[in-house]
Amino acid sequence: MSADADRNMYGEATRSVVLAGVGGQGTITAANLLANALVAHGYDVKTSEVHGMAQRGGSVISMVRFGESVASPLVPLGEAEALIATELLETLRNLEYLVPGGKVIGSRTRVDPLPVLQGAVEYPADAEQRITELAPDSIIVDAAGIAAECGDARAANTVLLGILSPLLPVPEDEWLAVIDKLVPKKALEANRQAFLAGRELGGE
Amino acid sequence: MAEKRLMTGNEAVALGAYHAGVTFASAYPGTPSTEILESFSKLEGVYAEWAPNEKVALEAAIGACLGGVRSLAAMKHVGLNVAADPWFTAPYIGVSGGLVLVDADDPEMHSSQNEQDNRYYAKAAKVPMLEPADSQEAYDLIREAYEMSERFDTIVMFRMTTRVCHSRGLVEAREPGMHVPVPYEKDEVKRVMIPGHARLRHPVMVDRLAEMEEFANEFPYQRREMGEGDAVVVTSGVAYQYAREAFPGVSILKLAMTNPLPRKLISEFCEQFKQVYVVEELEPYLEESVAALGLWPRGKESIPRTGELNVDNVRDAFPELAKGNPSRGHGAHVEGLPARPPILCAGCPHRGIMYSLARQKAIIAGDIGCYTLSVLPPLSAHDCQVCMGASITMGHGIEKALEIASGESEEEGFSSHRVVSVLGDSTFFHSGVTGLMEMAYNRGRFTVVILDNRTTAMTGFQDHPGTGTTLQKEPTITVDIEMLARSLGIENVRVVDPYDLEECLAALQEEMNRDAPSVVISRRACVLRDKTLERIPYEVIGEECNECGLCMRIACPALVKRGDEIKILADTCTGCSVCAQVCKREAIMKSRSES
Repeated sequence: MSADADRNMYGEATRSVVLAGVGGQGTITAANLLANALVAHGYDVKTSEVHGMAQRGGSVISMVRFGESVASPLVPLGEAEALIATELLETLRNLEYLVPGGKVIGSRTRVDPLPVLQGAVEYPADAEQRITELAPDSIIVDAAGIAAECGDARAANTVLLGILSPLLPVPEDEWLAVIDKLVPKKALEANRQAFLAGRELGGE
Repeated sequence: MAEKRLMTGNEAVALGAYHAGVTFASAYPGTPSTEILESFSKLEGVYAEWAPNEKVALEAAIGACLGGVRSLAAMKHVGLNVAADPWFTAPYIGVSGGLVLVDADDPEMHSSQNEQDNRYYAKAAKVPMLEPADSQEAYDLIREAYEMSERFDTIVMFRMTTRVCHSRGLVEAREPGMHVPVPYEKDEVKRVMIPGHARLRHPVMVDRLAEMEEFANEFPYQRREMGEGDAVVVTSGVAYQYAREAFPGVSILKLAMTNPLPRKLISEFCEQFKQVYVVEELEPYLEESVAALGLWPRGKESIPRTGELNVDNVRDAFPELAKGNPSRGHGAHVEGLPARPPILCAGCPHRGIMYSLARQKAIIAGDIGCYTLSVLPPLSAHDCQVCMGASITMGHGIEKALEIASGESEEEGFSSHRVVSVLGDSTFFHSGVTGLMEMAYNRGRFTVVILDNRTTAMTGFQDHPGTGTTLQKEPTITVDIEMLARSLGIENVRVVDPYDLEECLAALQEEMNRDAPSVVISRRACVLRDKTLERIPYEVIGEECNECGLCMRIACPALVKRGDEIKILADTCTGCSVCAQVCKREAIMKSRSES
């Protein structure tokens, strides 16, 4: 790996990715796959996540940081080079973690929070458009649909990780080895295909 | 080099304890501590158990330690309030095998009712305390904790926080150690704390404090990081990580052992600098002691005393230290977005009974569990809640107060029907049983609703004395809540199905109007665990629906209102039928296409 590949756009040795979604969407599992791929490649890695009450359908966020020696497990605002988000509203909510010009890798999925279900407030109808305006380097896909074509709609997160993967110095075979190791057998093939489909969309 | 593995702090502390030779562990689940025991229980050759509550867990661990093995009790911060009674006397009686209490504080209250700083518990009980700053330290320091426990003959506090418990980091494990059980020896002068014995023991603790402080001054995990400039930051726990990142190049005194505080070390190191800063989460625990040394630290006047710290707020507190890492702006902060609070799941069995309760014009004394989420509108089905088990006892007090206030004699009894206490099965076993005894014994006449979903749901489905299985999923007794309530003298005990609204409403009305105490058990397995459900979704029959919105009052995430149209999300609906029962026009029916 080149020296450049080990530093973010400010030349710092700690790099960050934020993963956001709704409790129950598998955000923690995706963060764990990403973190293990980075460990396999030789980085120091820290992650952060929240368990308990927030998991009951609330907003959830996982953070993954890697580099030579990572200090804080939490990503400071403006330091994530990528935001992976499984839901549009949560994408908008967490844009502030992105470094100016950072990349959004999002799923075109809408999960209405209770105030919206109740008709009390409106879901931002132009969410996707606002995301692409506020973060021009965005790629928003129907991750669940792509995953379904690969055999399991629940592998949507793995599609998004695939899109992210060309941005990171971890080669394809190392990714697939980590997926083989961590994904349960019956979901394995769908996750492998979902990752590869995402990786192609991500430009590799 | 040994293989490094990515582990949460909770996993690391479990492995470290195992490698220290710990063979007994007891806990009550509570975020962020739950996975400590879950991880430990999977290791070979250990005994691990879910206790009914934290007091029981700690007492069992004290017993195991006196029995000669290294033992551990784990709990969240508020759990130590429950366990405070044994906690304060445990250091009097000392240890045989090493004994450590792993405490998990929750700054920011991600999943808690308060954000108390439990470091004061260590100080108040004269117990040595270690604070890991990441997973590797959780592993390393828990091993040190057992050495310290036996060396100083005391229980040790191992204080973690959410961002240590639930952060993953690389852990390099060392050669596992062994602990040979200490043969049991009777020593009642040391272990039976009648006043005459306790008066002998307390001075021992005071002397020990001085010895432990000497040890803390020399403890190799107290880290002096020499940087540049004339400022030094004193810190501990995960706050160290934020300070290290926010203030690159600044000197740091990073403490791992924070009770007793190494005053000599702090003085000698800090006196080299012009300005001392203290960076710590929650209370000014370190700062007060650093100030007492005459070091005039800067701290809580700038660092938040509530909520979590992070690199951003630490940097903003002392920008003069952050010259090497200035804030550079960030992506868009979007205002006015709909909030996404946690909610009861679709098909949650709490929904039907809480909806029925909300219709009763009752004062609802609530408790700690998923059902607390019913406080949020539109259910709005909680009036008060303070801690585990308090629903019944607070309800008792409210009922008595209403009687006093209204000037009624107890015999006439009138206002009792207005009070209902609500708590879950695990919470009932935790600390509701004594409350029920209070109600029965002191002639309360209100209604207690026990939401029996057959698990400890909020913390991730742990077993408890009512599930019939142990932590290891081995069969065991099942506490019979009906029989237990009857044995306490409560004659009116009944079971309802929370998916049957008519039954729930009738039972509540009848019991609340009764001039006698009653228990209503709302029994149905947590929808996330119930394998018997058919899960055929319901649908709204468009031509029958007049958009009255009654069904929306049950706050189900499967029901959505778009404009005037109400729909059921088939993927989310579990077919519990509660919305169909609420509908007065029979406009919600079981979906035919799916059946």
